[in-house]
Amino acid sequence: MAQLNMVQAINQALAQEMARDDRVLLLGEDVGRDGGVFRVTEGLLERFGRERVLDTPLCESGIMGAAIGMAAYGLRPVPEIQFLGFTYSAFEQLFAHAARLRSRSRGRYSCPMVVRTPYGGGIKAPELHEESTEALFCQVPGLKVVVPSGPYVAKGLLLAALRDPDPVLFLEPTRLYRLLREEVPEEEYLVELGKARVARPGSSVTVVAWGSMLERVLKAAEGYDAEVLDLLTLNPFDSEAIIASVRKTGRLVIVHEAAKTCGLGAEIAATVAEEAILHLRAPILRVTAPDVPVPLAKLIDHYLPGVQQIRTAIDDVLQY
Amino acid sequence: MPEVLLADFQVKRLEVLNEKGEADPELLPELSDAQIWRLYELMLLARIFDERAVALQREGRIGTYPPIRGQEAAQVGSAFALTKQDWLFPSFREMGAHLTLGYPIPQLLQYWGGDERSQKVPVGLNIFPFCVAVGSQIPQAAGAALAARYRRDPVAIVTYFGDGATSKGDFHEAMNLAGVFNLPLVFICQNNQWAISIPLKGQTASASLAQKAVAYGFEGVQVDGNDVFAVYRATGQAVAKARSGAGPTFIECLTYRMADHTTADDAGRYRSGEEVAFWAARDPILRLERFLERRGLWSPQKREEAAAQAAALVDAGVAEMEALPPPAATELFDEILATLTPRQAGQRKVR
Repeated sequence: MAQLNMVQAINQALAQEMARDDRVLLLGEDVGRDGGVFRVTEGLLERFGRERVLDTPLCESGIMGAAIGMAAYGLRPVPEIQFLGFTYSAFEQLFAHAARLRSRSRGRYSCPMVVRTPYGGGIKAPELHEESTEALFCQVPGLKVVVPSGPYVAKGLLLAALRDPDPVLFLEPTRLYRLLREEVPEEEYLVELGKARVARPGSSVTVVAWGSMLERVLKAAEGYDAEVLDLLTLNPFDSEAIIASVRKTGRLVIVHEAAKTCGLGAEIAATVAEEAILHLRAPILRVTAPDVPVPLAKLIDHYLPGVQQIRTAIDDVLQY
Repeated sequence: MPEVLLADFQVKRLEVLNEKGEADPELLPELSDAQIWRLYELMLLARIFDERAVALQREGRIGTYPPIRGQEAAQVGSAFALTKQDWLFPSFREMGAHLTLGYPIPQLLQYWGGDERSQKVPVGLNIFPFCVAVGSQIPQAAGAALAARYRRDPVAIVTYFGDGATSKGDFHEAMNLAGVFNLPLVFICQNNQWAISIPLKGQTASASLAQKAVAYGFEGVQVDGNDVFAVYRATGQAVAKARSGAGPTFIECLTYRMADHTTADDAGRYRSGEEVAFWAARDPILRLERFLERRGLWSPQKREEAAAQAAALVDAGVAEMEALPPPAATELFDEILATLTPRQAGQRKVR
């Protein structure tokens, strides 16, 4: 089995689905000739041609809007927005249209598309290239939000997203693009949307994370009897898996690289409070970025949650 | 070094029918008397539908409603050039186009009555739901045009919007996409000269909206939007061009919003009665009547008969709309996703 990084795993998923389904088209800035700024779509223009891999003008709202029209027409477009921070100019298309086209048309039209976008911090990139505002998107009914944490799940989640009948925002943690290599089967496989994964079993504390934080959480969990849940899908998130784990461990730490206030951690904590508060033996703790804009490279290590902060939180709930 | 002239452009305005009802024989579209009478019936239907909708709102029987009065030629004339295979991406003030394409009257009223179910466009009509977010339907039309071309479908994609929308980024992004990809797309701007209280000169410093197309590398034309023949002719040419793969066209229909922005607006706050009277005298229906009268096809009695037929259709539509049972609470959850999330399913259960 081949050892692939996440860039290669995503590229393979796109190529396989494009070969299988002629409704799948890619569009975005620099996705064709350049193969994408992270080279995720490298070689796909050569293989599938200009009709299926469209280098667009620089217009995020236009790209998102066009993808909606394509999807309604019966295709399965995969718009790439170069960085999550650049989706901000496409919010109206994504929130007011993609997420509610099925609802607005009472099912006459739907919007099966996968919006791919790199996200997250720690790559020494300029302003707005390292955003982690995933919770904004989770507030919008009708939109699914998926975040892989490594090459294997990236391929299976992307194939599942490409076959989903509704719009999916697929957030690709840039810090992990080439950080990890895993065995990735050549043949297709699906990782079901809406299901979390036990990344590491344990019995004394549950740690929930996703995306690039998972790698740090796994490092932090070494030496503890901690159960680490990799959420994978943020909306709808797998509350059942979290509740089941918390019932077993009685302790919960949530780790995300987004700002604390109204981050997804708040929703998870509230859900556990509603459904399993009597199983808790310690307060729920969140390890997050502070409530400030994502800084540039010189301050980023003071911003992103680190392994030591996660360990401290685990110690705190264990010793409570 | 001498300066080099990079571009020099012209913008044309198309007029076929003058105020007196005289048509230019060279430009008059090839339409039978029966087709021209149909145009007239549809414009009357649009007018009577609109008057009834405003009255229903005043009586509290529907919600806020955006009148189309004055824009009947610009809407009926353009939609009359389309087929049911073409795709329409409307804004929210083109009910005349809907009526021309055969959209059910009860369903149009149902939308303005606040019923979600009305947005399920009947199968057989490729019309997108009303788009209240100004201009955002325009890039979606560009995407459908990309898809139609990919599928080799010989259809035109048509999008309607107003003069206000031409100030928005989505309009410009879509115009640019249409030019770059040479899309089978027809942009129909209903320039009714007012975006709520902002007059055209507050939206743009351009001498016309049509000339904006020049910057995006394709043809733009202004038509007299109260001249149903000019609108029909320009739209017919543009959709034929789109279907044949020859690219996009921008049509500016210069017309006038004779009524308030919506039933919640009072246009008397920001525009003069003289201006409204000036345009009322240029009513598109009156102009077509003068043309028909010259041909011996029109009389006050024929108008009354046609108006009575249209009113009967609208009456039946109102009755059908008002007879619909209200939606059940669980319909909140209809068609949100192909499969509800576990949380949504739980929330539905307790409604």
